[in-house]
Amino acid sequence: MKATFREYGARAAGLSLLLLVLVAGAWAQGPQTTPSIFAPASTPAKSIFGLSMFVLSITGGIFVVVGGLLAFALIRFRERKDDDESEPPQIYGSVQVELAWTVVPILIVVVLFLTTARIIFAIQDAPKPQDALDVTVVGHQFWWEFRYPKLGIVTANELHVPVSTPGDPEPTYLHLLSADVDHSFWVPQLAGKTDLIPNHPNETWIEPQQTGLYYGQCAQFCGIEHAKMLLRVYVDSPAQFAAWVKDQQQPGVQDPQAAAGRQIFETHACTNCHTIRGTAAVGSFGPDLTHLASRATLASGATLNTPEDLYAWIKDPDAVKPGSLMPAMQLSDEEIRELVAYLDTLH
Amino acid sequence: MSAIPVMPGPEPWELPSKGRVGMLSLIIGECGIFTIFVVAYVFYIGKSLNGPTPQQVLDIPIFNTICLLSSSVTIWLAERQIERGKMKAFAALWALTIGLGLEFILGTAMEWDKLIRGGLTVRTNLFGTTFYALVGLHATHVVVGLIGLSLILIFTLTGHVSERHTERIQVFALYWHFVDAVWVVVFTVVYIVGR
Amino acid sequence: MADQTLPIGGILDITPERQERLTLLEWLHGWVVTVDHKRLGVLYVVYGLFFLLVGGAEVLAIRVQLAKPGNHFLSPETYNEFFTMHGTTMVFLVGMTIVFGFANYLVPLMIGARDMAFPRLNAFSFWLTAFGGLLLYYSFIGGFGLYGMGSAPDVMWWAYAPLTEKAFSPGHATDYWALSLIVMGFGTLGTAINVLATAFCMRCRGMTLLRMPLFVWLMVVVSGLTLITITPLTAAQVMLTIDRYLGGHFFDTQAGGSAVVWAHFFWIFGHPEVYVLVMPAFGIANEIIPVFSRKAIFGYPAMVAASVGIAFVSLGVWAHHMFTIGMTSVGNTFFVLSTMMVGIPTGIKIFNWLATIWGGKIQFRVPMMFCLAFLFQFLIAGLTGIMLSVAPWDWQLHNSYFVIAHFHYMLVGAIVFNIFAGIYYWFPKVTGKMLSETLGKWHFWLFFIGFHVTFDTMHFVGFMGMPRSIYTYEANRGWNTLNMIISIGAFIQGIAVLVFAWNMVRSLRNGKEAGNDPWDAWTLEWAVPSPPPEYNFATDPEVHSRRPLWDLKHPDDPDWKYE
Repeated sequence: MKATFREYGARAAGLSLLLLVLVAGAWAQGPQTTPSIFAPASTPAKSIFGLSMFVLSITGGIFVVVGGLLAFALIRFRERKDDDESEPPQIYGSVQVELAWTVVPILIVVVLFLTTARIIFAIQDAPKPQDALDVTVVGHQFWWEFRYPKLGIVTANELHVPVSTPGDPEPTYLHLLSADVDHSFWVPQLAGKTDLIPNHPNETWIEPQQTGLYYGQCAQFCGIEHAKMLLRVYVDSPAQFAAWVKDQQQPGVQDPQAAAGRQIFETHACTNCHTIRGTAAVGSFGPDLTHLASRATLASGATLNTPEDLYAWIKDPDAVKPGSLMPAMQLSDEEIRELVAYLDTLH
Repeated sequence: MSAIPVMPGPEPWELPSKGRVGMLSLIIGECGIFTIFVVAYVFYIGKSLNGPTPQQVLDIPIFNTICLLSSSVTIWLAERQIERGKMKAFAALWALTIGLGLEFILGTAMEWDKLIRGGLTVRTNLFGTTFYALVGLHATHVVVGLIGLSLILIFTLTGHVSERHTERIQVFALYWHFVDAVWVVVFTVVYIVGR
Repeated sequence: MADQTLPIGGILDITPERQERLTLLEWLHGWVVTVDHKRLGVLYVVYGLFFLLVGGAEVLAIRVQLAKPGNHFLSPETYNEFFTMHGTTMVFLVGMTIVFGFANYLVPLMIGARDMAFPRLNAFSFWLTAFGGLLLYYSFIGGFGLYGMGSAPDVMWWAYAPLTEKAFSPGHATDYWALSLIVMGFGTLGTAINVLATAFCMRCRGMTLLRMPLFVWLMVVVSGLTLITITPLTAAQVMLTIDRYLGGHFFDTQAGGSAVVWAHFFWIFGHPEVYVLVMPAFGIANEIIPVFSRKAIFGYPAMVAASVGIAFVSLGVWAHHMFTIGMTSVGNTFFVLSTMMVGIPTGIKIFNWLATIWGGKIQFRVPMMFCLAFLFQFLIAGLTGIMLSVAPWDWQLHNSYFVIAHFHYMLVGAIVFNIFAGIYYWFPKVTGKMLSETLGKWHFWLFFIGFHVTFDTMHFVGFMGMPRSIYTYEANRGWNTLNMIISIGAFIQGIAVLVFAWNMVRSLRNGKEAGNDPWDAWTLEWAVPSPPPEYNFATDPEVHSRRPLWDLKHPDDPDWKYE
């Protein structure tokens, strides 16, 4: 049936074109809102990208050859209308042919395996430089805790790392832990994903080469709000990063104008779950809020960090992120307004 | 002109017995279950965060083991008796097998009673969980085997079993041998390797 | 010269058909108490097709939810229940049931036997399976759910610990998942035992193991594999239940237990399971492709060896589902190698099918069309599988929509397509009526187009970083249009399935009479009337080659000369 072949051929051509366009378009280096694995901006992601292009070319070749033979067979050996109803010659097998098509795949597998093994060791067993930045990532239902042990910083949901240049390589090594269930850290432009498993610490590393904001999210189903456990990674220039670090190392801002809100925070159950350094709040079940106002989003990316969104979040977290573990605190509207005013001072 | 042979050949057409293949398949499946429990046990050796350790609380159940493994011998002897149609001897050996199996279960129950009083339960620690799960899984299979053995004994004593049931008896005995073989593995893993 | 016109004595049944009229109750009773492998096979397949519709409905709801970012069609809780149930349903209540249903119906007929080895065990296995499925679905209304919408499982079909531990899943959702699957597992075990005993012990005279139809071979391999595939899952689920109800610590990370151990145990089941699902599909293709190419299968011994090889190697690849969980580089490398190795016998099969078609006379009837589409789709699925076996690339692709695209290419593109092929091929034998070719072609093209619209696109949205198991996604990620396209394709497939259902209903009533052998095929089931009498064969057949009916129809050129 010619239609089958034409239709199939058109579909195949169209798809390859689409793939090429996507790949080419995604080749644009640098951060983008589409977290494409074909737009790597960090060393491990680039290694993976190179390997994937190699594998794609081999599998693409196999597809063209075998698919082509199949398509050809369908046309060449179809039953014709004027057929004489006789049976074609029955061929039961051929040792030579079968041997050939066993050996060739074995060879292909050998090549693929060796190239793959090389990259596995290159990424997983990359020697860690002395001055690499250490970040401990703790996965929670449904937010990310980031600790910089050597810098004395604790923050949440938005990761800041320094950019790495050939002259000044600055990889960031992530130590991955979980406080509850399985999670997975995935920022496609920066690295492949690695899981956060309770009682099973993991390590991964990134080495971003372009500044900007990279998107990712949790990639291992962790419960009801898995979909909104988003990630933002800010790759900063050295100056930006130093400024950010200095800022984060400070205790919480004590703006006298926001005293009322701070009072509310410290005398309500907020302190059971949240920490604001420099205050009486030392809870660790929820994110550290010491520098909440320096973050662009709330609730692990579920909403933007504007006063209106913060108000809505405190008033009824379940309406913003149903199933999140923050309870509605049953505060009055006035109390929440003052609270928001206070939290907005925490730069 | 047709050149096809039209009469069935005189060669015998023999196929394996359904019962045997079925029971062997069941045994292979059961091995799958036991393997996972054994792997879990072995993996968690030494990983308990607290609580009694095997060295502290486990006594090697030598007598129980001798009883259970002997029951494999007695059931094998019983099979030989029924092959020859010696139903009285068969019944006696069969009953002896049940007795030995019962002793094993009672012994296990006593061991567990002692352990529980000593503070080791399923929820105590990893050792407790994996121990009771693995030994318990095996004990369950022994109990099922005992039920089957008892039913067969009842049928024998009421005169319903005869020499022509030899093959079925052999198939059932396969299950019993399997249960004993598993005990060898469990015993080694729990009382020798794990201690 | 022999005066027997049929070298295989007495296959043609000359008993006149009984014309009994049964009351509805008698008819139902007959179906409930049956131990006839043919009826049980039909029950399995009907059960599976029903749940295909249910699982399909679940996924259509999912696709409506995902068609736009930030949609509110399904709440997060319901969405999580739906995708968990969709996966669990499709694997266990559709895949396993239909596959073993085909086996039940065809294996005894293909080997010239009267029934399965253990007919009562057969019936018991079916009803266990059926009950397990109903228990699973009862969860929607039973139990006290944590968030409403009943208590359907909502932990992903692989139910990773410790999310499934009591601390994080206090309701009964996980229990329904574990218990219903344990029950169904015993049913599957029973059927596997039956298939093995039947194939080894009840073949007709002359049918050596190497003369069995390839479908039977594949069911033998699959049944053997099932014995050591389902049982690890049962074991792990028992352990999970001990954790949840007896305070055990198998997967309790707070007490030193390991979440990774659950993953290992689950995938030790989970990977061979997909071969349990796909190899019968190969078996169906092995029967259909030769008949509609008018050629014997190319390389029968190699096909047998490849199937056995796949079964063995598939036992050693499971951790390729765990490349991101934090195994050592050596561990990862081992599983890369084993996974790539399993691609070799699988690839060989494609070549054998290609060689079967080559030089043949291809008839584009509906069963063959589904099988040809299978060949292309299986090729692509295998290649994306190779991509996923490359661990570093998998670190990007794992848990993304690329993986979903890959395994749906396998599950739908290979397995469901072959199931459709098999139904079109054997429906005449089972019912005595032909399915409509016209409606069949509508079914095929709609399903083919819908399938590709959905699953081809899905690969790309995976490349663009979209993870799975998410009830919604951000609007600025660039995934919006592709998701809409995927959803549209899903609905096209839904329409195709409805056309298929209509075809079956209509053909049961008004279909063309099929006769014994509408396709001019070569295996023993085509020697008996359609539908076959309860006893299958009037006298025990005797065979001398792999294609007994070919020998019958071509007495001057029989297969046994060449085998």
